[in-house]
Amino acid sequence: MPQEENNIIEMHGITKRFPGVLANENIDFCVNCGEIHALLGENGAGKSTLMNILSGLYKPDEGEIFVKGKRIQIGSPRHAIEAGIGMVHQHFRLVENFSVAENITLGMSTPRFGLDMTAIEDEVSDLSKKYGLQLDPQAQIWQLSVGEQQRVEIVKMLYRGADVLILDEPTAVLTPQEARELFDTLDRMKATGRSIIFITHKLDEVMHVADRVTVLRGGRVAATVNKEDVTSRELASLMVGKEHSTVLPDKDTLQSEPVLTLSDVTAYGDRGTIALDGVSLQVRAGEILGIAGVAGNGQRELTETITGLRRIHSGTISLHGQDISNKTPLEIIDSGVSYVPEDRYGTGMAPNLSIVDNIILKSYRTRVMSKGPFIDYDAAKRQAKELVERFQVKTAGIHSEARLLSGGNAQKLLLGREISSDPKLLVAAYPTRGLDIGAAEAIRSILINQRNQGVAILLISEDLDELIRLSDRIAIMFAGKIMGTLNRDEWSIEHIGLLMAGVLDVQDEEALT
Amino acid sequence: MTQTTVGFITAVLAAAVQAGTPLLYAALGEILTERVGILNLSVEGIMLVGAVSGFLATVATGNLAAGILGAAIAGGIIAAIHAFLSVTLKVNQVVSGLSLSLFATGVSGYLGKPIIGVAAPVSFKPYPIPGLSKIPILGPMFFKHNLLVYGSYFLVAFLWYFLYKTRPGLHMRSVGESPRTADSLGISVTAVQYTYTIIGGALSGIAGAYLSLAYAPSWIEQMTAGRGWIAIALVIFAVWNPLRAMVGAYLFGGIEALGFRIQVVGATISPIVLKMMPYVFTIAVLIITTARSATYKTEAPQALGVPYERE
Repeated sequence: MPQEENNIIEMHGITKRFPGVLANENIDFCVNCGEIHALLGENGAGKSTLMNILSGLYKPDEGEIFVKGKRIQIGSPRHAIEAGIGMVHQHFRLVENFSVAENITLGMSTPRFGLDMTAIEDEVSDLSKKYGLQLDPQAQIWQLSVGEQQRVEIVKMLYRGADVLILDEPTAVLTPQEARELFDTLDRMKATGRSIIFITHKLDEVMHVADRVTVLRGGRVAATVNKEDVTSRELASLMVGKEHSTVLPDKDTLQSEPVLTLSDVTAYGDRGTIALDGVSLQVRAGEILGIAGVAGNGQRELTETITGLRRIHSGTISLHGQDISNKTPLEIIDSGVSYVPEDRYGTGMAPNLSIVDNIILKSYRTRVMSKGPFIDYDAAKRQAKELVERFQVKTAGIHSEARLLSGGNAQKLLLGREISSDPKLLVAAYPTRGLDIGAAEAIRSILINQRNQGVAILLISEDLDELIRLSDRIAIMFAGKIMGTLNRDEWSIEHIGLLMAGVLDVQDEEALT
Repeated sequence: MTQTTVGFITAVLAAAVQAGTPLLYAALGEILTERVGILNLSVEGIMLVGAVSGFLATVATGNLAAGILGAAIAGGIIAAIHAFLSVTLKVNQVVSGLSLSLFATGVSGYLGKPIIGVAAPVSFKPYPIPGLSKIPILGPMFFKHNLLVYGSYFLVAFLWYFLYKTRPGLHMRSVGESPRTADSLGISVTAVQYTYTIIGGALSGIAGAYLSLAYAPSWIEQMTAGRGWIAIALVIFAVWNPLRAMVGAYLFGGIEALGFRIQVVGATISPIVLKMMPYVFTIAVLIITTARSATYKTEAPQALGVPYERE
C-alpha cells in the first residue's frame, strides 16, 4: 500500500537480478511531489538499474511500484510516459538528422497522418519559453551543442506531460556554466510542482541542487536523508562505505626537457570540418599535461594526430626534436609513444582475442617476442602473466577473451601493455571514464608513478577534479583551439570552466550576464 | 535544330522514361527498405521473381491487374525472408541479400521454364493522355506511356509526401536513423522494419513485372540484365529521396535508350561499348557520390545495415 499522500512515486522492495549480479536488492524509494531527489552512488551501485525499472526498460524481479497512489506495472517506456514518468538518458535518445521539433513529436500518436510542422514548432517554442529552455525548433540535432541536446530531451518529456523527470548523470557532459543553467531550469520545474530524480555521483551537485538524497551502495539503499541534515563528508562515507585515500603527485616543477611539441597543428575531423585549429602545446618529461574541455572539441583528433591515426594539414608534431608529423602509427610507436585510446574495446584491444594476444599486439614484431619468423608464445605468456599480476587484473586466466574483462580490468591491462614498452610519451584519453572509484584510483596511481619515473603524459579527461588532482599543467580546449594553459598555482575551477565554454577572459563573461 | 534532331531527341527522351520506369519502381522499393535501416541487396533476384510471377499470373488469368498483384506478392515473399533473416535473426544483411538474390534468380529460372517463348496474352499498351501528350517534347516524353508509367508518377509524389510530411513517414525514418530512439518512444522497430522491407520487395517485384508485361512483353531468363544492381546504386545517387530517384532513373534509362538509338543513327561505336554504358555510368556515379559523402555529411540512414538489439 502507498504510505504517504504526498508521494508521487513509491517503489517498494524492488529486486533485480542479472546473470551473476544482484543489481538491486529490496530497494524502497519514494519521491515527493515537487522535490528534487538525488540518487547518489558509485558506478555499479544500482542507480541506473533502479531508474531503468521506473522508466520501463527493465522489469523488476520482485517489488511493486505506485504512481500517484495507484499500483501500476511499467512494462515499456511507453507505459512510463503514459504514467507521467520521463527519463533523460545519459546517452541521448535523439535522431541526429531530424529537427528539434521532429524529435519532440516523434512517437506521439496525434496527428495520425499529415504533419503540420509549423504548428508543432510553435508548440515547442511556447513550451521551451515557459521553462526558460532556449531552443530553435527548426535546428537539426547534429548542429546543437550537448547542452542544447539535453534541453531537447527535457522539452521532449515535458511535451509528453511528464510529472516526474529522471535525469541520468545530466552534468557529465556539460560545462560548469551549462550545469548551472540546468540547475536553474530544474528549480523552475520544481516550482510548477514537478518532481525530479537526479542520478549522480557528484557530491557538490547534490549539496547544490537536491532537497532529499537517497544513497545507494552495492545495490542496496544506504540511507535516504534530507539535504539539510547531512554534510558532504557524511554523504561520501555513505556512498563509498569507507573513506578513500587521495593520491596527489608531489609537486616538483622541475623544468625538464620537452618531449612532445606541437606547433600550430591544423587537422580536419571526420566531417571535413576543422577539428584542430592551430594547436600548439608542449609536454615535458616527468609531467602530466591535462587537457580539459567538453568532449568533441578536438580531443579525439588531438590524440589521433599525435599517434599517427589522423593526418595533419599543417604545422608540426615533434618528439624529442624529431619531426613525427604524418608518420605511420608504427613509426610513432617505435619512436616511444604509447597510447591509451578513448575507445578501449575498439581501438585499444581486439575484444575477441585472448589476453595474451592483446598483450603482444604491439610488441609481436620485436626480437623478444619472436623465435625466428614465429611468435615466441612462451615469452608472450610470461609477459601476460607478469602484467596480470603486477596490475592485479581480475580475470579467469590469460587465455580468456579480452571482452570478458570488466571495464576497470580491461583498462589496467591496456595501460599495463602501454607502459611495458617503456614509453617516452604516454597519451591517455579518458582513462578512468566509466570505471568505479577503486579501479579509477588504481589507474591514477599508475599514471602518477609513470610521471615520477620521467614519462611525459598527455592526459585527456572530462573529470575536472581528476585533472586538477593529477595534472602539473592544464590546457583547455574549445572548438579545436587551446584556449589557455594554466599552472597549478594559476587555475581555479571557475577559470577552467569559462575557458571550456569558450570565454576567453573574465570580462567577457561579465559582459554576457 | 532540324526536324530530325528534334525527332531524335524526343524519341530518346520518351525511351528514357520507358527504360527508366523499372529502375524507378525498384529504387523506390529500395529507398523504403533502406529508410528503415535494412539493406536489401536481393533487388535483382526479386525483380526476376516478380517478372516471372507477373507473367505466369497474367497467362493464367488473362488479367494484367492479377499479374501486377502476383508480382508484388512474390516480391514481398522474398523480401519477407530477408526481413526474417536480418531483423529477427540479425544475420549480416549483405550476406543475406546476396544469397537471396542468387536464390531468387534460380527460382525465377525454374518457374519460367514452361513459359519460355510463350507470348503474353495481354500486355500494357501506351495510352496517350488527351491534350497533354500533344505538348512538344514533354508530351511524348511523359504522357504517351502505359498505365504503369503513370502509376510511378503518382507513387513518387505520394512517397515524397509520405516520407517527409506524415507521421508514419517520420516514424519509419527514425527507425532507420536511430532505432534506439524510436524504441524508447514506443515505436516498434521490428514491425516497422518488416512492413517496409516487404513493401519495398513488392515494389521491386512490380519493377520486374514491368519488364515482362510492358517493356518486352515476354519471359526471358535473366531479363533484368543487372537493372536490380543499378537500382541499388541509384538509391545512393538519389540520396534516399524519391524525387531524385525519378531524375536518376530517367538519366540511367536515357543512357540505355541512347545506346540503341545511336546505332540506328549510324554512329560507328561498337554496340558492346554502348551496352556497357549504364554499368560504367553506375560505377562513375558511385565513385562521385561516395567521394562527395566523404567530405560532406551524408544523407544515408545512420543505422543502415546495423541490426538493432535492445541493450
